[in-house]
Amino acid sequence: MSSTLSWFITIVSLANIIGCYVLIKWSSKPLPGEAAQGQVTGHTWDEDLQEFNNPMPRWWLWLFYITMIFALIYAALYPAMGNFKGSLGWSQKQEYEQEISDAAKTYGPIFAAYSKQAIPDLAKNPKAVQAGQRLFLNYCSTCHGSDARGAAGFPNLRDSDWLYGGTPEAIKTSIMNGRNGIMPPMGAALGADGVKTVVAYVLSLSRAGQDAAVVEQGKLKFQTLCAACHQPDGKGSHAIGAPNLTDDVWLHGRSPGAITQTVTQGRTGVMPAHGEFLGEDKVHLLAAYVYSLSNK
Amino acid sequence: MENQNTYNYKVVRQFAVMTVVWGIVGMLVGVIIAAQLVWPALNFDVPWLTYSRLRPLHTNAVIFAFGGSALFATSYYAVQRTCQVRLFSDKLAAFTFWGWTVVILLAAITLPLGLTSGKEYAELEWPIDLLIAVVWVSYAVVFFGTILKRKVKHIYVANWFFGAFILTVAVLHIVNSAALPVSLFKSYSVYPGTIDAMVQWWYGHNAVGFFLTAGFLGIMYYFIPKQVGRPIYSYRLSVVHFWALISTYMWAGPHHLQFTALPDWTQSLGMVFSLVLLAPSWGGMINGIMTLSGAWHKLRSDPILKFLIVSLSFYGMSTFEGPMMSIKTVNALSHYTDWTIGHVHSGALGWVGLVSIGAIYFLIPKVFNREAMYSTKLIETHFWVATIGIVLYIVAMWIAGVMQGLMWRAVNDDGTLTYSFVESLQATYPYYVVRLLGGLLYLSGMFIMAYNVWKTIAGSKPADARIPQTA
Repeated sequence: MSSTLSWFITIVSLANIIGCYVLIKWSSKPLPGEAAQGQVTGHTWDEDLQEFNNPMPRWWLWLFYITMIFALIYAALYPAMGNFKGSLGWSQKQEYEQEISDAAKTYGPIFAAYSKQAIPDLAKNPKAVQAGQRLFLNYCSTCHGSDARGAAGFPNLRDSDWLYGGTPEAIKTSIMNGRNGIMPPMGAALGADGVKTVVAYVLSLSRAGQDAAVVEQGKLKFQTLCAACHQPDGKGSHAIGAPNLTDDVWLHGRSPGAITQTVTQGRTGVMPAHGEFLGEDKVHLLAAYVYSLSNK
Repeated sequence: MENQNTYNYKVVRQFAVMTVVWGIVGMLVGVIIAAQLVWPALNFDVPWLTYSRLRPLHTNAVIFAFGGSALFATSYYAVQRTCQVRLFSDKLAAFTFWGWTVVILLAAITLPLGLTSGKEYAELEWPIDLLIAVVWVSYAVVFFGTILKRKVKHIYVANWFFGAFILTVAVLHIVNSAALPVSLFKSYSVYPGTIDAMVQWWYGHNAVGFFLTAGFLGIMYYFIPKQVGRPIYSYRLSVVHFWALISTYMWAGPHHLQFTALPDWTQSLGMVFSLVLLAPSWGGMINGIMTLSGAWHKLRSDPILKFLIVSLSFYGMSTFEGPMMSIKTVNALSHYTDWTIGHVHSGALGWVGLVSIGAIYFLIPKVFNREAMYSTKLIETHFWVATIGIVLYIVAMWIAGVMQGLMWRAVNDDGTLTYSFVESLQATYPYYVVRLLGGLLYLSGMFIMAYNVWKTIAGSKPADARIPQTA
């Protein structure tokens, strides 16, 4: 801020504190001709409202002085008056950075030790799994749930169904770099009837009881418009995160209505990248925990 | 009828009765959202009944509808009687009543519809903000106009506080609500980012300082000496604590934004001025409670006095707690927890609520031409029900808040957090039940009051009191 503004703030805030002191001193002086102590001042309002001419309680004045002195000392030590940084040189940012670096020094070695071991080995080590679970509860449970079973739109991590692959490396990559899942809206390309037939075909891949003629029509549409990502056999692709449609696991709901909505309007899923935020050591341990959930 | 030899009691009666009505409405909404925290299904999946929309309705209703009506009623009553003149303008006074009622009704419609500017305690959208500004300026004209034509030389201390409250709230409201409208129901604040946050909490904390403190100290300075029948304890104390209070309150807002993007110096200044504020706040409490010295026995038999005096002890407690919570080290624990909610309610239920209720019990028989309230026993019952309710509420929130603060900062040996957020929520559950119980008790007290007020005013022949001609 400009030095003018800085001086303005400093002067006004100091003047307010000092002004309180001056006000006390000025008000404590007896006025010529005023009523004696303990007597009423002589003014009356609304028939019977009066005021005693009592002095301010001494203990109250001391309380006031102490807070004023504290305020002045604090303002000399810490940043409080415009651009003046305070004699201790303290700042919020610096305190934060100090705490972060202290934490890295204290806790860093714990996770560095785990990161030297392979993920499948860590997944069999109960202590490592517990440590990984604590990380999971802090950073992942908001979306994937504290039991890791996910929710609509957030993958269940306990089944063996993987959008981007369940190998240790694939899991770690998902956490490190995040994933962007996009199912494009197909409503316009397929038309309402087309959507209906494709949904019937997709349902037929995991459920019996679909109308064979409709399924046949849907299959043709699927092969031209959907197979590029979901593959001709509907088993999807880990490389691009296209879900397997034959296993009856549904990220956005298994009802025909939910599937119709998915096909018509598309879906977007974002797994945020955690590499920069958590560091590779913690991500490694997290990957081991997630891996352990489906590899007992 | 309307004549310059009498006081205008009509507008006082209107606001006094509406204080009770809006008190019940606002507190009922509070009880509903407290119940929703215990049983989330109580919003019935209806958007208008969700916590997010009812919560601002609750705060607006209790602060501005209940508290506002109490302030209008008591300030109009006190300013006339201490100036020995009728209100400056009957028409304008009537406009403030109907204008304020329209504002409250509009709030009750727009907030559940989800129309909000997103600023806490200033959620109403710009057309309503404009109406508030017009009503408030009219209030100022009526109040200060009455002061100007007074027949008594000196201005009574209650009027200093009412005056400071009216002037400052006008400034706060107009500055904080400055916004660019994009449609009839949507506007954006003219201030950017952090500055917007600072302006908001400069407003927010001074809404506490001037609306909920200075205004109600005005009530205290008129109604306590009246009810006790003794002079104010110290004229000197009232001068010093008045000027110190209104000047230091202005700086305290940043304590709502400790450890945020606010510059370090602003945060520190907010903290030190909050501490300096302790003594000026307590000045009002001392002056009120010490007015009772020599007449302590009256507390035993007079439930109205109980309301007034106990309100001051809650005032003293919350104005001690507030500066403590503004200290950065304490704030690091208390911020974002239910401790803050407990703090606000010890001020709101304990101070603002009790002092308003006491003053309205005093006012109702006076302005409805009755000897006394219908039942003193019921006032006594109301007092105990309300007090027990407050204690349950604030103790539950203290425990819950400190527990949440400790759980959120607990870490394991490897630096991970010991508890997830939902675990702290689960641990708070029993305290939410106790809080609901406290709120229910306080609300029941308001129903007792409504019955008592109804029995007092039913069949009454209210008349405006004559102004004594000797000054």
